[in-house]
Amino acid sequence: MSASTTPSLHLRGSRRSILADRVATVVLWGTGAFVLLLLGSIIVHFGIAAWGVVSPSFVLSDPSDTALGGILPILWNSIYMLGLTMLIAVPVGILGGIYMSEYAGDNKLTEAIRFAEEAISSVPSIVVGLFGLILFVDNFHMGFTALGGALALTMFNLPLMTRLSEQALRAVPQDERSASLALGATKWQTIQHVVVPLAIPGLVTSIILTAGRVFGEAAVLLFTAGLATPAHYDFTNFNLGDPASPWSPLRPCTTMAVYIYKLQSEGLGIYVSKVVDGSAAILISMVLAFNLGARLVGRLLTRRLTAA
Amino acid sequence: MAQLTAANRLASLRSAPGFRERLDLPRRVLFLAAVSMIGIVALLLGFIAWQGIQLFLKDGVPVGQVFSATWQPDATSGPTNYGLLPFILGTIAVTALALLISTPLSVGLALFLSEVAPRWARAIVQPALEIFVGIPSVVWGWLGLTILVPFLHDTFRHDFVISLPVLGDVFRVPGFLTGFSWLAGALVLSIMILPTITSVSFDAFRAIPQELRTGSLALGTTRWQTIRHILIPAALPGVLTAIVLGMTRAAGEALAVQMVIGSQPILPRAVTQPIETLTAAITLDMGNTVFGEPWQDALWTMSLVLLIISVASVVLVRLINKRRMAL
Repeated sequence: MSASTTPSLHLRGSRRSILADRVATVVLWGTGAFVLLLLGSIIVHFGIAAWGVVSPSFVLSDPSDTALGGILPILWNSIYMLGLTMLIAVPVGILGGIYMSEYAGDNKLTEAIRFAEEAISSVPSIVVGLFGLILFVDNFHMGFTALGGALALTMFNLPLMTRLSEQALRAVPQDERSASLALGATKWQTIQHVVVPLAIPGLVTSIILTAGRVFGEAAVLLFTAGLATPAHYDFTNFNLGDPASPWSPLRPCTTMAVYIYKLQSEGLGIYVSKVVDGSAAILISMVLAFNLGARLVGRLLTRRLTAA
Repeated sequence: MAQLTAANRLASLRSAPGFRERLDLPRRVLFLAAVSMIGIVALLLGFIAWQGIQLFLKDGVPVGQVFSATWQPDATSGPTNYGLLPFILGTIAVTALALLISTPLSVGLALFLSEVAPRWARAIVQPALEIFVGIPSVVWGWLGLTILVPFLHDTFRHDFVISLPVLGDVFRVPGFLTGFSWLAGALVLSIMILPTITSVSFDAFRAIPQELRTGSLALGTTRWQTIRHILIPAALPGVLTAIVLGMTRAAGEALAVQMVIGSQPILPRAVTQPIETLTAAITLDMGNTVFGEPWQDALWTMSLVLLIISVASVVLVRLINKRRMAL
């Protein structure tokens, strides 16, 4: 009798824990399903919203062209801003990453650099934008310029770029370095000819990931690159000193993300919300492309470089 | 080892290093690139701090006034009062509610990814999270503005009241007047910080040695008991770090919040009412004010407050992690 009650008591206790375990499992699966559902519905939402808005004429015409208006100059600005920012951020970020991975000793200075890295990553983007406003617009009297925006974006993304490239370089096995040094190569030769080439897949991934973030950023640019809607760009005007030239870094440069913010703040006409929907859809698909691109290119390069 | 010492001896036999080697140019250039971040932080702190105290230095506003509740920056409509309390409390309120919504969801998701999900499920959910990170904040704001705000307004327009027979109304939340509200801001933010909290806590759970799990399971516990009594306590410093990072991101987010919060500089009382945050006020008013006027100086003071919050959170994260090292 007693032999049969003890297990049943025990069973009752464990039945409750098993039930709790089941419930927890269902709830935890639910969180995963929730994220997928949310992402799916966002993509479907923008798919529907962009239907009938995003067309070749929408992408390739000026805001003043048709009733709906196009986004060509703004899209160009986004790409231009991205290029200009990466032109500064990529070399500095990778060089900094090399220092942090190959040279930095375990000392107070390294500690300070790491602290600075974390501090910039945690500073709100709007504050970085304000810093750009004081520095470039007010102190250097540059006005709202693409260059000011790109420099502010660089400051904001430098920690990310540095950290990602440091990680890519650290992932190179120590044996490769030892082998090169044992062959009599100097440290710099080792970095140049062994470490960096091996880290290229990781470095490319980190560049693309940073690019995705730069592309979607608006708060940094609001007060540095300006809010003006460009009317029309003459792409044959290569005079870099002319603020009207789309190639000039010293002109106001409203990007897609900033344009979306500007349009929604000016009130929601039916056309305006269509333009915003279309722009947001393009913005999201570009960011998606950057993300997928980073994975794909990273994998491809790894395969090619490690198989060779 | 023997080979290494032989190599060292060989190296010492080489001729003394020349000027080029002693200069070691690459090292210096690389060092400059890394150290530039310290320069950026120093400049940023310096400039924002200097602009942020102009309200007190140049405009002669007493420091105590900043902590009052009245925001009346416009000198053309009566005596000014630069009380930043509505903004500071607004930022705290929105951030706290966003964390309250997001933390259980994010930590649950991290547990799902690290403990429950089979390989195929992880292979779908993790890339999805990365896409979440990539969605720009203006797009979140736009979704909030066009979907969430109308939804809140249409669904919860009427006052929510719980009445008891004798006591009368014991609980009352006013309905949404417009949908622009504390709750709307918090909901948008909770989704935006979800990937941050999830990925950092995921790393914390992954870092727990496998023996702790197998040991616990071998004692006959269920998976949930192992999670609750072993894994969550073990990963607590990491999860706390994740929450602080999420908090920093929520407090600093500007555009998405500005688009749905309603921008009313009043003290937060009900989640259905419009309020205002530091970031939203800066975003909205910086362009409408003139450089050097007290109104704009007050906005710079707000950004100094934001900067202090973010630096404090970095220090907090470091303290949490230092304790973890000590344990």
